[in-house]
Amino acid sequence: MIMKQIYFDYAATTPVDPRVKKAMEPFFAHKFGNTMSIHSFGQEAKIALEKSRETVADLINAKSNEIIFTGSATESNNMVLKGIKAKHIIISQIEHPCIMETANWLEKQGIKITRISVNKYGLVNPLDVKKAIRKDTILVSIIHASNEIGTIQPIEKIGKICRSRQVYFHTDAVQSFGKIPIDVDKMNIDLLTASSHKIYGPKGAACLFIKEGTKIEPILHGGGQEMGLRGSTNNVPAIVGFAKTCEICKREMKIESQRLIKLRDKIIKNVLKIENTYLNGHPQKRLPNIINFWFSFIEGESLVIQLDLKGIALSTGSACSSAKLEPSHVLLAIGLKPQEAHSSLRISLGRWTTEKEIDYFIKVLPDIVKNLRRISPYGK
Amino acid sequence: MANDTYSKKVIEHFQHPHNYGKMKNPDGVGKVGNPICGDVMHLYIKVEKEIIKDIKYETFGCVAAISTSSVVTDLAKGKTLQQALKIDSNKVVKSLGGLPEIKYHCSLLAVDALKKAINDYLSKKKNEEKK
Repeated sequence: MIMKQIYFDYAATTPVDPRVKKAMEPFFAHKFGNTMSIHSFGQEAKIALEKSRETVADLINAKSNEIIFTGSATESNNMVLKGIKAKHIIISQIEHPCIMETANWLEKQGIKITRISVNKYGLVNPLDVKKAIRKDTILVSIIHASNEIGTIQPIEKIGKICRSRQVYFHTDAVQSFGKIPIDVDKMNIDLLTASSHKIYGPKGAACLFIKEGTKIEPILHGGGQEMGLRGSTNNVPAIVGFAKTCEICKREMKIESQRLIKLRDKIIKNVLKIENTYLNGHPQKRLPNIINFWFSFIEGESLVIQLDLKGIALSTGSACSSAKLEPSHVLLAIGLKPQEAHSSLRISLGRWTTEKEIDYFIKVLPDIVKNLRRISPYGK
Repeated sequence: MANDTYSKKVIEHFQHPHNYGKMKNPDGVGKVGNPICGDVMHLYIKVEKEIIKDIKYETFGCVAAISTSSVVTDLAKGKTLQQALKIDSNKVVKSLGGLPEIKYHCSLLAVDALKKAINDYLSKKKNEEKK
């Protein structure tokens, strides 16, 4: 029997929701104007752009003039770290590579970087942030929810500390945006990065929330788009799609997250029945859709390919599957040994995940693990 | 364009690996670890009249590590020690119908394990002859 392909890699990217696709459609060939043109074509596009801005802002309780659209979350994160002219920046050890590598690059330019460690669940202690803030600290940037292990940080507390010390607080909310409630006002956030393609919108659209009054400079200088903060012709179809998906997420978030939590916990409960298998990340403070395990004695890429051959697509933090042949920095930061990080598996669920798919996964996984362990020199 | 996906042959070996498992009382053992990515391979040989009569391995590693382990044992089985020592990583990669470039180091691991097992046998033999 050929199973339908099962996609458990929603944290990597998601398919575009048909409702989103439909909303984008007129903006390719019909309403194709440039938002900077003063004629009717341009004005039509401009209206769509500003309406989209309002919708995106609404999802996180921001004002529409506090949202700028960018081309990717990587771009938004680069803009924060490079555009806030900081002498000292605090980040965590479990940031996405686009924060980590940008910080590494800035360090080479002479900017001081502090990397806050996390506990075994991947949690940042807000008091560590407090201690790390110096006189010349201008910016703290902490990922809201880990893209690898799903742990959700105490953002509100960290934000409160930053605000009391008059330090800008940025959070990379790519994995949490649209999935769990975010209120930039209540959570004391000054800057926030979000992306469309992780939440059933198109690729090529992302945003940066910049609280009114925040001093930031552009990294793309150009024709004055996005309040002069991001030159580039606006990608209107993608932005319209981004807004549409935000509207859907806002409406469906509560029900959808409850549904995913049930499926998530079913996977966790059943997979942990396999001997020598461990959950990575916090048991409760985690996203509804991201699960990460490590399986002793076997390697993650082998596991991923075996599952792929069974029609299930997911990912690993193993060194073997990375372009650099290094294990995941996030898994090392939570205290896993390199060979343990080597054995990890990430399962990320989404809007079209069904219980039937979960049952199939739970059914095939134990034998795959057993067979790979049979080949392994360890654990005997 | 660089080939960065696994060949059919690699997947075949990975799904149905040959000669895997531990060996009782081997004549030679080669234990190697890959300093690059952390993969580990143990290779065991049984030798009769300078011919590799039986060969087995245990591997902790990725698809490439498992399939190169499988194919290197196929290549060495039934060969004289001198013939087996001539098996190099090019031969392994070729027998697998190619490997992604980033995985070439895996084929070295398998070849090193084989060489180490043969040398282990030869040095044990030498020691016994001295006695």
